[in-house]
Amino acid sequence: MSEAREYKYIGQRTVRPDGFDKVTGRAAFGADLSLPGMIWGKILRSPYAHASIKSIDTSKAEAHPDVMAVVTYQDYPAVSSGGFEPGDGPTDLRDLARNVLADDKALYHGHAILAIAARTEAAAEKALSLVDIDYEVLKPVMDVADAMQPDSAVLHADLFTKGLAEQPENPSNIATRMELKKGDIEAGFAAAEVVVERDFYTPTVHQGYIEPHATTVRYDDDGQSMVWCSTQGHFDVRASTAKLLSMDLGKLKVIASEIGGGFGGKTTVYLEPVALMLSKKSGRPVKMTMTRDEVFRASGPGSATRSTVKIGAKKDGTITAMQAKLCYEAGAFKGSPMGPGCMTVFTPYDVENIYIEGYDVVVNKPKVAAYRAPGAPQAEFAAEMVINELADELNIDPIELRLQNAAKEGTQTVYGPKLKAVGLVECLEAAKNSPHYKQALPKNQGRGLAAGFWFNIGGQSSVVINMNPDGTGTIVEGNPDIGGSRASMQLMAAEELGIDVSKLNPIVADTEHVPYSATTGGSRTTFATGMAVIEAARDVVQQMKERAASVWNVTTEQVDWADGVAINMTSDDRLTAAEICRGAERTGGQISGRGNINARGAGPSFAVHLCDVEVDKETGKVDVVRYTAIQDAGKAIHPSYVEGQYQGGAAQGIGWALNEEYIYNEDGVMENAGFLDYRIPLASDLPMIDTIIVEVPNAFHPFGVRGVGETGIVPPLAAVATAISDSIGVRMTHLPCSPPRVLKAIQDAS
Amino acid sequence: MTKTHVTTTINGEVIEFLCEPSDTLLAVLRNELQLTGTKEGCGSGDCGSCSVTIDGRLVCSCLVLGVEAEGVEIGTVEGVADKDKLHVIQEKFLEHAALQCGICTPGLIVSAKALLDENPEPTEEEARYYLAGNLCRCTGYDKIIRAVMDSAEVMRGDAQS
Repeated sequence: MSEAREYKYIGQRTVRPDGFDKVTGRAAFGADLSLPGMIWGKILRSPYAHASIKSIDTSKAEAHPDVMAVVTYQDYPAVSSGGFEPGDGPTDLRDLARNVLADDKALYHGHAILAIAARTEAAAEKALSLVDIDYEVLKPVMDVADAMQPDSAVLHADLFTKGLAEQPENPSNIATRMELKKGDIEAGFAAAEVVVERDFYTPTVHQGYIEPHATTVRYDDDGQSMVWCSTQGHFDVRASTAKLLSMDLGKLKVIASEIGGGFGGKTTVYLEPVALMLSKKSGRPVKMTMTRDEVFRASGPGSATRSTVKIGAKKDGTITAMQAKLCYEAGAFKGSPMGPGCMTVFTPYDVENIYIEGYDVVVNKPKVAAYRAPGAPQAEFAAEMVINELADELNIDPIELRLQNAAKEGTQTVYGPKLKAVGLVECLEAAKNSPHYKQALPKNQGRGLAAGFWFNIGGQSSVVINMNPDGTGTIVEGNPDIGGSRASMQLMAAEELGIDVSKLNPIVADTEHVPYSATTGGSRTTFATGMAVIEAARDVVQQMKERAASVWNVTTEQVDWADGVAINMTSDDRLTAAEICRGAERTGGQISGRGNINARGAGPSFAVHLCDVEVDKETGKVDVVRYTAIQDAGKAIHPSYVEGQYQGGAAQGIGWALNEEYIYNEDGVMENAGFLDYRIPLASDLPMIDTIIVEVPNAFHPFGVRGVGETGIVPPLAAVATAISDSIGVRMTHLPCSPPRVLKAIQDAS
Repeated sequence: MTKTHVTTTINGEVIEFLCEPSDTLLAVLRNELQLTGTKEGCGSGDCGSCSVTIDGRLVCSCLVLGVEAEGVEIGTVEGVADKDKLHVIQEKFLEHAALQCGICTPGLIVSAKALLDENPEPTEEEARYYLAGNLCRCTGYDKIIRAVMDSAEVMRGDAQS
């Protein structure tokens, strides 16, 4: 339960413990490890978006004097289709295997076909050009709407739609149909006096982490193999890689390097099982890195979507019905975030009648990976645009309309549970009272507002706190630090132990040195791993009290603990943590606390964003001139890094709204696979991003923490698009609102 | 192929190396000299993660050949701090929490230093345009710009005192 108390460390803006290494270049990221005798692996990728692989001839490549190993799909033990849980979610093992290296079909341009390891990177590249592959080129299926047509070319002959009333007879690109409902949708619309319905499109986008995927591995037949890689979850890399190579988990050590961004995109494996097989076949350590081109073409984009949202309300603003049809591209293999899209689309609203149908659809694009609040930005973009249009139709302020219908404690969600205490109303009130909303909008600008929801998750985390003989401590955790989480762990441990942060050193341990910890994802780390830190710290305190009790010859119950000092309640004698640690040799050996948990009770997070834009009516270029991100953190452990999450989510969402999209030619080849043409926001594109941290405590966390990492990317799409609509007088329903699209909208309207 | 012998100065230290004519300066720094503080984000000069200075001029080391290092002075992130004493810009990045994952940070620190060496009193807009070649996907740049502007103020104060 959340505790009301004054904090000494929580809420401080401390310097992160890994800061020195990060600003001096010492921190070692995925591509920064080299090993003695190491060789380089490169991947040959499909030049076609959709093709059958008729034959592969690697003889000329194998004859190259510098080539030391060639690996294809055939080198791996056979795997069958079926659920496999490397971490929190199920993955189809056969799909995973066929995405790592293609079997008999290439399913997207850039799909990995085989890999070669050679003495140098250049030699490996050269050897790739010596491989002969006979392809039968097939028609690519590049859009979810086309893919759903009954006469569409089919990617997988063995994919039959799940979720239909009757078992289908023919294979289809629709992997799953899902339905969620509440109340009576027809009665809801019958009761409405105003109804707004619109179609929406969001493009394929990339997480755009600046660090490409990279790994260095060493296979060891007798002892223990090692994988060093950039990942959000090294335990899940271990699970997937060991499964694909048919190894025991205990025979594979995975070390998470520092990670140069992930945003969900580094929660699966691409290179690691390939590099390890190359190492196994060559007997040498192998390093592999993706180029930026490969990152775009063959790693985790976020789903493109087509959706329709229809909302009805009474003239007084009471929403009576909400309906959505959400179609998500999964890429080449099933498993888009259609489910969370359906579950989040209308969750900011407490409405009686809701009907949602979702489709998970395969297309000839790279298999999508998680991307920050997976599925939610696309769905909530559509919903929030319709809500804003409805507000205009009803002539009600968009904040007031939302307040009138806002989800709150006790709201029945469409996906199951009733909401506990949540902070949407508080975020809306904060928006209403913000300097931004109170400032009148200059004539040549437009303003947009949108809300956003994301669940956040808990799950398994493990932490060990090892106390040293001088009273300092090491916090051993298993979650890669993607945005400053070491600082949060340090603050929470300091708060519980009463030991200053400078005396506590958090480290991210490899899979051998800390028990299983789920991926850094789902906005879970500060919440769940934080709870494990608290538990481990309380374990340490308990042991300190026991040691003090033994010194004083009293019972543990007669020992109190405050500010890092044990107090003998019978005599008022005191022993500091450092004194207890120094004397541990005489009281039973060194002290170590454990927190191995499966955290329940993750608190959902709501956000409200405000955006002002200025549109150049002659070019269609949009400038974001003012932006405010408001979000419920439950309790901000390190406020600077909480603000950073809000600002980063907003910036990423602004990019999604304004410029980012995969542009494909008619052959299904991405034409803008680089940062010059896939334009993520630059420093010169953005204003300062103001933040307001709302704190409605999560009752299930000792400090009230809610995850904050993901929700911030949900509102920007609709906030920006609404601001543009407000400025040019045309409803923007297709993303991105890039200059050509905005200009066309202006021209079509005039 | 015959490798080329190059003599250069990196962070004030005279360094010799051998490289292929086609090797980039970035590849030489990272793979030959183990100066892995300079990062590769794109290899095409679009992200700025590999920013270094050559004779004081800011460049993407992925767009420079190793052989071009002959006789010049190169500055990398490893040379910004004075041993364990951080440069003001580095301190301000930490104080303002101007990094999350940290992959763009070395490039940004090299670029920010180049900016402030050239222009000790930049406006926010000048700072944003100067640093527009350094992509950061985590922060939204807000805290980076604040750190740079704050550094400029401190450095001007230091220069006067």
